[in-house]
Amino acid sequence: MYPEYMMESIKKVEKTRPHRLEIVKKYGKQVFPAMSEKERDEILNKYHPDYKTEARREVRVGPNKGEKLTTKVADMLESHSRIDPKMFDLEKVDHETDVMVIGAGSAGMASAITAANNGSDVLIVTKLRLGDSNSMMAQGGIQAADQDDDSPSIHYLDVIGGGHFDNKPKLVEALVKDGPKSIQWLENLGVMFDKNPNGSMSVKPGGGTSRSRMHSTRDYTGAGICRVLRDEVYNKPDKIKYIEYTAIVELILNKKGHAVGAVAYHLDTKQYSIVKAKSIIIATGGFGRLHVGGFETTNHYGATADGLMLAYRAGANLLYMDSVQYHPTGAVFPEQIVGFLCTEKIRTLGAQPLNKNGELFVYPLEPRDIEASSFIRETINGMGIETPSGLKGIWLDSPLIEKIEGDGTIEKTLPAMLRQFSRFDIDIRKYPMLVYPTLHYQNGGIEINQKAETKIKGLYVAGEASGGVHGRNRLMGNSQLDIIVFGRRAGLNASKRAKGKVAFGKFSLEHVNKYEKEVSKLKIDKNKIAPVILPDYIPDHVKKRQMTSEFYGTLS
Amino acid sequence: MSKIREMVNVFIMGEANEVPAGSTIIMAFEYAGYQLKKGIGCREGFCGACATIYREKGDYKLKGGLACQTVVTDGMSLVQIPFVPAEKPIYNMDEITPDINTIKELFPTVFRCVSCNTCTKACPQDIQVMDYVQALKRGDIARTANLSFDCIRCGLCALRCPSEIVQYNAATLARRLYGKYLAKKSPELEKSVNEIEKGKYDKELAELAKMDRKKLTEKYYSREIKLK
Repeated sequence: MYPEYMMESIKKVEKTRPHRLEIVKKYGKQVFPAMSEKERDEILNKYHPDYKTEARREVRVGPNKGEKLTTKVADMLESHSRIDPKMFDLEKVDHETDVMVIGAGSAGMASAITAANNGSDVLIVTKLRLGDSNSMMAQGGIQAADQDDDSPSIHYLDVIGGGHFDNKPKLVEALVKDGPKSIQWLENLGVMFDKNPNGSMSVKPGGGTSRSRMHSTRDYTGAGICRVLRDEVYNKPDKIKYIEYTAIVELILNKKGHAVGAVAYHLDTKQYSIVKAKSIIIATGGFGRLHVGGFETTNHYGATADGLMLAYRAGANLLYMDSVQYHPTGAVFPEQIVGFLCTEKIRTLGAQPLNKNGELFVYPLEPRDIEASSFIRETINGMGIETPSGLKGIWLDSPLIEKIEGDGTIEKTLPAMLRQFSRFDIDIRKYPMLVYPTLHYQNGGIEINQKAETKIKGLYVAGEASGGVHGRNRLMGNSQLDIIVFGRRAGLNASKRAKGKVAFGKFSLEHVNKYEKEVSKLKIDKNKIAPVILPDYIPDHVKKRQMTSEFYGTLS
Repeated sequence: MSKIREMVNVFIMGEANEVPAGSTIIMAFEYAGYQLKKGIGCREGFCGACATIYREKGDYKLKGGLACQTVVTDGMSLVQIPFVPAEKPIYNMDEITPDINTIKELFPTVFRCVSCNTCTKACPQDIQVMDYVQALKRGDIARTANLSFDCIRCGLCALRCPSEIVQYNAATLARRLYGKYLAKKSPELEKSVNEIEKGKYDKELAELAKMDRKKLTEKYYSREIKLK
């Protein structure tokens, strides 16, 4: 429960609630003026964490050398490999397959199912379990322009405007055009979308959308999709094999520079193995667990940008890795759930962000970077609410939802949120939630084209690990769509390539040696290695006592 | 863990460890020096990878919970369950029907339920597990799908079940059957898929893809906003 001094502020929220409800009844979703182009630019420049001077720096190695990237990303890219290529006999292949998929979130599993359905043998390699991913944690929804008042063109405009017009047009085109078809594909696999009694989709708006096109499965949308894909993978034991608790630590190229395999590492038994594949799909997700900017994150334990490192070392290009998504509403109270996602769906259902006086200060459905910046502005101006542990946040007035939509709405549409807070004795039907921006999504990533191909032959990327489709800011619900659209495209194209004649040639890790030379010149600490694989939350006083080689770097 | 605070004793996999009060079980593991590789996942209660069996001081009961959502208490004793070695039948969704025959064939153990309610008590999501097992026995796929919706597949129900039922796998099948066969189809969805396939928006999209930034910006900021 909230301490007494916070309850004082909550009383103010309760006092302004009837008037705010009147405004909703009069104006619908337009309860506050949306920002103009100029206002958006101003607030981003002044308050978005990406625009601080220390947020970016030039990367000194690899294909994007000389480009300013997010500091934490540049730090990771300037790391040593986990392996010494000399120690590996690449002729001794342990696993051979048509299509290898690295990572087992929804993008990876959608690509595996698609490749298998197209007749290819698939091997999924994942460092945790099948389905352990950010995909599983997504709550709010998946966009698709399937309503009568909507169209892929309108969706296109929302995506590219939300991304500050930096998005790759061809990728956006693919995303919006495949939208409805992706929903249909998922429903045929047995995903239970929220529907109206006549069977039509129950859709909501999202931040930065001009139509209501957010499809959902309660507030378990990611799980609603991901657990179905996982069950489907389990159902194809003849076509899809999988290896869990195994990280890929380097790609293997041939003399022509085509991707032909990978070096795998088992997290517990510490054994390395060699995988040979005609096509390789990277679906390793994003970088939340690198805690960019020192922020808490909504991300899965495994979100350490491994695929980014693998592809970059092998020579792939990165796009927009200077841009980070902070989700406006991460929990800041109670302490046990700091950084956890409070889904955007809470705002799409009508909850409003309020300052300590219970005043609404921003249109609740701006694109995420704008909304997050306005929250930061409010707290910098002393209008936030401080928690007992010294964090600052603003109120998200969840009780307003039931005033607008009726009693029982929260239990029906936000069961995960209701459960999350009630575990810590806060009933979000009665009391607002305290929130602050939290590190949520990697806007950029490995450059791909419409076929999910990279510039490295045989290497495909799908989902958060890829870059370009969302420009420099992703809208709610477009990630769930992205992973299905490009997961399926990657699966199909990787499978098509595997069906043709693939000349493997001689296997090589020479690119690792070459990269290592560049890193050595910078005199980087030898314990700084990547891919990171898992974050490390062991406290310093314990860390000091852990002196075996196992605890050098983040993981041996 | 920013402030100095009271410490509690917790028995992690049998070993006594002092950890800060208010820690979740995952935080306790990490404070004690573990970089977990198994029995850990999303850390936010959505993935079911961190099922825990624990007992509190002075209590004889073994309780189930999620390590990322359960706060430690002084004298707590706990063990992580990274996965449950339960049976998972293989099926082709295109070849099965949404009725009791499918349940009989794929999950015959469901009919052994003795209504002891242990599964419901074990569920960290407070799902009425026994109720949906009863629904499943009647072939009520829709009720099973609805009641089991918030399942994160941690496996604690199956682990405690005296009748060896794999509730969470049966529920997964029920939800897929409901989504695929029983939910009413959306007329708009089919219409929009057909329109897109026939190329209705190809020209518009090609024009947008070619449009320069200035024109696109104008078009974006002047677009009509119609929210339901």
